[in-house]
Amino acid sequence: MEISKNAQGSSLEIAVKGRLDTTTAPLLEAELKRSIDKVTELYIDFAELEYLSSAGLRVLLAAQKVMNKQGKMVIRHVNETISEVFEITGFSEILTVE
Amino acid sequence: MKELTIDATVGNIESVTDFVNTQLEERGCSPKVLMQIDIAIDELFGNIASYAYNPEVGPATVRVELVEDPLSVVITFIDHGVPYDPLKKEDPNIKLSAEEREIGGLGIYMVKKTMDGISYEYKDGQNILKITKKI
Repeated sequence: MEISKNAQGSSLEIAVKGRLDTTTAPLLEAELKRSIDKVTELYIDFAELEYLSSAGLRVLLAAQKVMNKQGKMVIRHVNETISEVFEITGFSEILTVE
Repeated sequence: MKELTIDATVGNIESVTDFVNTQLEERGCSPKVLMQIDIAIDELFGNIASYAYNPEVGPATVRVELVEDPLSVVITFIDHGVPYDPLKKEDPNIKLSAEEREIGGLGIYMVKKTMDGISYEYKDGQNILKITKKI
């Protein structure tokens, strides 16, 4: 998995490439912990993400809870597999997916 | 039928995924189904790695069988760790808000929803978890 970031003022975009699973989810979790402190708009770009498992959902849920308090979080460019994971687990109701 | 026996560790999830994918790609499995199976491997082998022998490390066997009519894959995960039937776990409430959400149980729930069949038995001191998916 590769993570890239682009910060502009209090807006942050994080792009994730590869697979977000048990092995890699801790890396995204650590990156978010480091980066979202004063962020009011968080964009997570999954254009190059193949899929995510429940380990990835756990990280997204934690980030969503933080962003509910300090601004907004938007997930962009999810593929069919990721969209299905969000639907099955009810995360499509919790997350903002564009 | 092919089998891989390997230490049940999080670090080995990728090796198991590669082992299974190689056989499915040979049979022309669609990328979508392949990803659903990869997610299932992450959930199921990941569970074994985290809980079966904790805090020790022990082996797990992953068996891949292809059956015809309709072409399906049967993947069996075998460990001899603590007896654990993941199918007994109650389905999570997926209607709760972010604040109320609990993450436990989501992985096995996803596997149940995306695979065509899942079964568990404890036999001869082994956890035997089997998933079936049309490819």
